[in-house]
Amino acid sequence: MKALRDVFGDTLSELAQQNPSIVVLDADLANSTKADKFAQAHPDRFLEMGIAEQNMVGTAVGMAALGFVPWLSSFTVFFTHRAADPVRMLVAQTHANVKIGAAYSGLLTGYTGKTHQDVEDLAIMRAMPGMTVLAPADEFECAEMIRWATDYVGPVYLRLARDPNAAVFGPDYVFQPGAVHQLHEGSDLLMISTGTQSSRCVEAARELKKEGISAAVLHVPSIKPLRQEDLLSACEKFDLVFTVEEHSRLGGLGGLVTEILSEHSPRRVVRLGLQDEWGESAPNDFLLDKYRLSAQRVAEQIVSRRKQAR
Amino acid sequence: MTDSADFSELASLARQGRWHVIQTVSASGAGHVGGPMSAMDLLIALFFRVMAIRPDEPKWPDRDRFILSKGHSAIGLYTAMALRGFFPVEELKTFDKGNSRLQGHPDMTKLPGLETSTGSLGMGLSVGLGFAIAAQRKGLNFQTFVMIGDGELQEGMIWEALHVAPRYQVANLTAILDSNGLQQFGWFHEAGATGRGDRRDPWFGVDLPAVLRGLGWNLVEINGHDFGEIIPALQASKSPGRIGKPTMILAHTIKGKGVSFTEGKFEWHSKVAASNELEIARRELQIEEVTK
Repeated sequence: MKALRDVFGDTLSELAQQNPSIVVLDADLANSTKADKFAQAHPDRFLEMGIAEQNMVGTAVGMAALGFVPWLSSFTVFFTHRAADPVRMLVAQTHANVKIGAAYSGLLTGYTGKTHQDVEDLAIMRAMPGMTVLAPADEFECAEMIRWATDYVGPVYLRLARDPNAAVFGPDYVFQPGAVHQLHEGSDLLMISTGTQSSRCVEAARELKKEGISAAVLHVPSIKPLRQEDLLSACEKFDLVFTVEEHSRLGGLGGLVTEILSEHSPRRVVRLGLQDEWGESAPNDFLLDKYRLSAQRVAEQIVSRRKQAR
Repeated sequence: MTDSADFSELASLARQGRWHVIQTVSASGAGHVGGPMSAMDLLIALFFRVMAIRPDEPKWPDRDRFILSKGHSAIGLYTAMALRGFFPVEELKTFDKGNSRLQGHPDMTKLPGLETSTGSLGMGLSVGLGFAIAAQRKGLNFQTFVMIGDGELQEGMIWEALHVAPRYQVANLTAILDSNGLQQFGWFHEAGATGRGDRRDPWFGVDLPAVLRGLGWNLVEINGHDFGEIIPALQASKSPGRIGKPTMILAHTIKGKGVSFTEGKFEWHSKVAASNELEIARRELQIEEVTK
């Protein structure tokens, strides 16, 4: 088990050995985002930009125009909220070759409380035309996404988690933009998830099995682009679909799935995630329990919502 | 460096430029006038004397870079580019008309020759800093010029760039502050009290030169309507390949410069000239003498 932030620092350090264009710009959080690993490995290609995220985004756009591949290091909230304007106007609108390493995404941000918990990022970022939005499930997928994003020419938003989580893939994983992945077989219902929540959904499926419910789990790592037909065919045999995300129920994965299904293949979709509510400072287990995202709580909600659905 | 004959040619180009601005905005039925007019002499100097550029090869790798951070003055930039030959002057008529390369705010995805897109204020200096850092790292010998407005300077993001840029010793970065003394609405002030307009200066009560110098910029103050000051200051700031302080040229200008009824009037930040006003502007800009 390796935290995605460690994968971020390690993978970029490794890639930079072969790729002289990679630079990392940091807004004074490198020892949290683990960009410090890159700073140590490639000090000449690490640019400390200070506590000034907006300028960091703009500087990266300028460097990208001259052929560099800038990866940005800061917390999710500071990209999607504080620097949302330069991300929108300078990066997305010009299709700049800038890669956003959005660390400390979601609820599990190490006792920061709601100020630093970003549960709106997917909704915001996927609404930006031309933006690629990726949410890896585990260390293997994260490393592959970083490799892919470095080669891809255009803006990429990568959602990174602070703490380690169970792997769902192996070292042979290959990232394909837009692809979806079946992580657990099942026939009674389908859970669709994204990011590190997917591994908790696999665990929830195992819990449900004990109660005689056969739940499938589909992982959607590429919020944008998404191969719509792959999602539709994965949903085909299920009357009941749950979306589960460490994110608001508004506009993120739940929004994405309901938009597609309601237009092309209407069926019942129950969206699990944060209600229209803020988080708080607490240990991860407490947060996952209170905000209904632990495997146990996801399984419970599925059992009760399934009864209601009948 | 430059003789007075040069200046009369530049002055003529600037008058044409101002005429295109007020006329184009009038024909489009919307657009900005005051800012493009205050910036016009600086733009003409940059495009005709200072910058190494190739209008027929806008992506020439060694070109000097220009970013209009105060993107709402787009028509001023388009005018200077058209006069310089980046595209036909005739194309100015498409400004804001739909399916045009000349968007209300500069859009690099539509018009070759634009180095980035601007419009939301306060962002251009950061992109220019990125150009400057990248050029140093790649050993490219070009200068990056970024024009910002004094109203725009109220945006926080600029101040991030202002304190970060000197840390990177980017002598190859020149910021030009078009200090025209007015912003779109601003703070009320007794008319005429500053001699530059009917609103408070955007930086009233602030010792801006001291602040900018204190942040580590090589500060140069000029009259932004005097080519004899503009050109030497811009030329002197060109330091490709050298490390050192970035330069901030604080250009004192007059908003709406060149036409009596637009000068120093905050209302002309964004306003359309009526036909009788256009006629006054045409005469004041001596257009019959310089164009057909």
